[in-house]
Amino acid sequence: MSEITSLTLYELIKNIKEKKISSNEAAKSFVDRAEKSKKINVYVTENFENCLKLSKKFDDKPNFDLKLPGIPIAVKDLFCTNEVRTTAGSNILNNFVPTYESTVTQNIWNEGGILLGKLNCDEFAMGSSNETSFFGNVQNPIAEDLVPGGSSGGSSAALAANLTPVTIGTDTGGSIRQPASFTGTVGLKPTYGSCSRYGIVAFASSLDQAGPMSKNVKDSSILLEVISSFDKKDSTSIDFKRNNYSSELTRNIKGLKIGIPKEYRVDGMPDEIEKLWKKGIEYAKDCGAEIIDISLPHTSYALPTYYIVAPAEASSNLARYDGVKYGLRSSGKNLIDMYEKTRSEGFGEEVKRRVMIGTYVLSSGYYDAYYLKAQKVRQLIKQDFDQAYNKVDAILTPSTPSSAFKIGEKSNDPVSMYLNDIFTVPVNLAGLPGISIPAGVDKNNYPLGLQIIGKPFDEQTVLNIAYSMEEKINYKNNITDWWMK
Amino acid sequence: MDEIMSKNNSEYLIERNDNVYEVVIGLEVHAQVTSNSKLFSSSSTKFGAEPNTQVSLVDAAFPGMLPVINEFCVKQAIKTGIGLKAKINNKSVFDRKNYFYADLPQGYQISQYKYPIVGEGNVILDMPEGQKQVGIERLHLEQDAGKSIHDIDPSNTLVDLNRSGVALMEIVSKPDLRSPDEVNYYIKKLRCIMRYLGTCDGNMQEGSLRADVNVSVRVKGSTDLGTRCEIKNVNSIKFMQMAIIYEANRQVDLIEEGQEIDQETRLFDTKKNETRSMRSKEDAHDYRYFPDPDLLPLEVTDEFIDKLKSEIPELPDDKKKRFIDEFKVSPYDATILVSDIDTAKYFEEVVAKMGKNRDMKLAVNWITGELFAVLNEKNIEISQSPISAKNLAKLINLIKNGTISGKIAKTIFELMLDGDIDPQIIVEEKGLKQESDPKALEALIDKIINDNREKAIEYKQGKEKLFGFFVGQAMKASGGKANPQLINEILKKKL
Repeated sequence: MSEITSLTLYELIKNIKEKKISSNEAAKSFVDRAEKSKKINVYVTENFENCLKLSKKFDDKPNFDLKLPGIPIAVKDLFCTNEVRTTAGSNILNNFVPTYESTVTQNIWNEGGILLGKLNCDEFAMGSSNETSFFGNVQNPIAEDLVPGGSSGGSSAALAANLTPVTIGTDTGGSIRQPASFTGTVGLKPTYGSCSRYGIVAFASSLDQAGPMSKNVKDSSILLEVISSFDKKDSTSIDFKRNNYSSELTRNIKGLKIGIPKEYRVDGMPDEIEKLWKKGIEYAKDCGAEIIDISLPHTSYALPTYYIVAPAEASSNLARYDGVKYGLRSSGKNLIDMYEKTRSEGFGEEVKRRVMIGTYVLSSGYYDAYYLKAQKVRQLIKQDFDQAYNKVDAILTPSTPSSAFKIGEKSNDPVSMYLNDIFTVPVNLAGLPGISIPAGVDKNNYPLGLQIIGKPFDEQTVLNIAYSMEEKINYKNNITDWWMK
Repeated sequence: MDEIMSKNNSEYLIERNDNVYEVVIGLEVHAQVTSNSKLFSSSSTKFGAEPNTQVSLVDAAFPGMLPVINEFCVKQAIKTGIGLKAKINNKSVFDRKNYFYADLPQGYQISQYKYPIVGEGNVILDMPEGQKQVGIERLHLEQDAGKSIHDIDPSNTLVDLNRSGVALMEIVSKPDLRSPDEVNYYIKKLRCIMRYLGTCDGNMQEGSLRADVNVSVRVKGSTDLGTRCEIKNVNSIKFMQMAIIYEANRQVDLIEEGQEIDQETRLFDTKKNETRSMRSKEDAHDYRYFPDPDLLPLEVTDEFIDKLKSEIPELPDDKKKRFIDEFKVSPYDATILVSDIDTAKYFEEVVAKMGKNRDMKLAVNWITGELFAVLNEKNIEISQSPISAKNLAKLINLIKNGTISGKIAKTIFELMLDGDIDPQIIVEEKGLKQESDPKALEALIDKIINDNREKAIEYKQGKEKLFGFFVGQAMKASGGKANPQLINEILKKKL
């Protein structure tokens, strides 16, 4: 049997259910490996001792009917966890310990999952490289000084480095799919309204969505089944009939129609991305799918639209971090001075930039030209997809316009950083499910991902296509554990 | 101040030099929705609790907390809209009004801005000189903020979030009001309607009803609106009236001096009785309103609205009409009786208990006369009346059927106050039954005439005033129990 930490979630569950591995053994393995992996800096807050204790408790009284029986799991530090510090990667929440649990994490603990710790991320999930975190950069396990993507960079790195069997991220403009693509892992952003936002530190409320990140497609289907639920505490949660994603998972996608949107062939896109996409089309055909050329005419407006809507909502969502009730408070001469000092010291550059953009686009006199127009364009983008789905069952695109880049390479160039999200943001704007699966490597042997976008609430088809293509692609990460040497 | 009040006693005009100005007033009333829990959380709304004991994670805006609309508050707003004869909008939207303040935990107030739940309606004011209709522009739902307390700690401001997130209805009138007196009638009518509906208790001491007052002036006869000033957060009718008088005169003075009026927000200083500038139009906040992405647009079906319509009780205007038509009460009395739901209830109960041979005039007089005097004196509401409607009805019936005189009734009424005693029992125990036996009364009167021979002669010679003297003697002799009508008849016959 291979090492516990390199098992997939499915394999680990199987071994625990067959009593070949105990929950405590699993927890120990992940904790031991984490102790040797500090260099990649995935943890903001470790919950190791508690995890070991709880795993023992599970073993004393195991319940193998649960979907995640005694499985240790690390989660992005954007999910509020009861009595465990939750920072959102920000100095302003450096000392914040919630007294409540997010619905998504609660769903995981209800099914037997045990919290390993809180994973690094871009500050308030604003970033594409994990470089905006107050708690420092995260190393991509693929190669030294390579970014793991973002904002769920700690999550993707922890997965690729075998520090957690599975994890959850949040995706506002690509924050699950892009880091998955950069680390050779799988990341699924569900339909907006599928996973409750209750207890998730908000970035942009109309776009934020939690989702599973895993080593393979099957694992994502298992985790999605656990975390997706209707929640009355979130008014945007949707009460639809959820599939049994893992048991309904099938590689039979014969006759499914997959669309290829011509607008995703963007200027300056590297050859290797184009090649990967073509390869992906061939794989899809091999799986029995029918390939159909489609048009999503408003694609080029997606990124500017996103960078109006998301900062606008963020500027308002982040107003609550004012030093009055919790979190960091800097002393000031008066209320306004206290606000200014607290927020100056508490927020990093990227967060400040977005708060300012958001404040600007909502200002009277600019609202109609920016925010209102962006909302109209958002509707057009959504309509593009609606029309496409009259012809096809799903859409295949690259996940990102490039592979992972070096730490520091783009951190002073926000626009080039924002361009990372070009293939993922339309999906958030339209509220659709999308998955990124590893599909190949670039000239440096860095992983590249393909994205499959589905109809609203049709995660099952997205997963089935990914599951089927995954087998044909047969991608394997080559992780050398360089950080331990 | 050389303001004049015209003969039309609720009209308010200001005269300067040769110009006569009228004042144009619009009100934004903030009415706290009667509801056990807050607009977007399940925290209690009870008044007077220890600071920060009625605060949920949502109210304090903890990270990741989300608002969930309280359906009951929506129903209350719709009911109020129906009471204002207003259009109920099938779709409304909650926006975020963004500004920073220590008692605003979210950094924004959730409020309906562009699409309110209730549209145009109207309210009828029953003024002494007749009715006046005041237009309602809209009613929308919004959250209240917390409370900043500056005077407990010398160097810090303390914040109480108990009120944070409590549901308010902002009721915006059209600029249809023309005098402090009309404002008084308007607020009272609004409060009356909401109390009938049970949607706002209208308690101004507890801050359940406050208003922003928009004031402008113009030369009487002009149809243009002058530049207005908004006086923020005034919490009593008296202060509203004082603020309006001060502000209108200030504006007239400025115009007369040839100066411009700045559109600004002002505060009313109740101690100095003046309004002061709070911020000018240039300093006005940019609230950066946008639809709250945490909440879906609020959609209500016609069926939902119709169901609420069917639950609406009889409202004051209809009740007044019915009192006039059915009970033959005068419009003046009807206005008084319906002005408070509990008074109307009390009156209707009295009417019901009086039975077939009821006397409306007596009922109205006893309620608005004796009973109101007692309530005023004791400073209590009619709902706490020391005399029940049932026993007041009995008392009235005793007068009506001649058992007791009105005068005796007043004595009995005083005795009833001590524990809501049945008047019938008092009559029996104290022997206060009216003497209506003509023979007994004749004997009594014969004796009085005999004892006052000279006065009887004077009366016969034309000194008619002396009739009252004989009535008084007769009543005195009977211990106040003699039937006054019979006394009159017998005296006229015998003298």
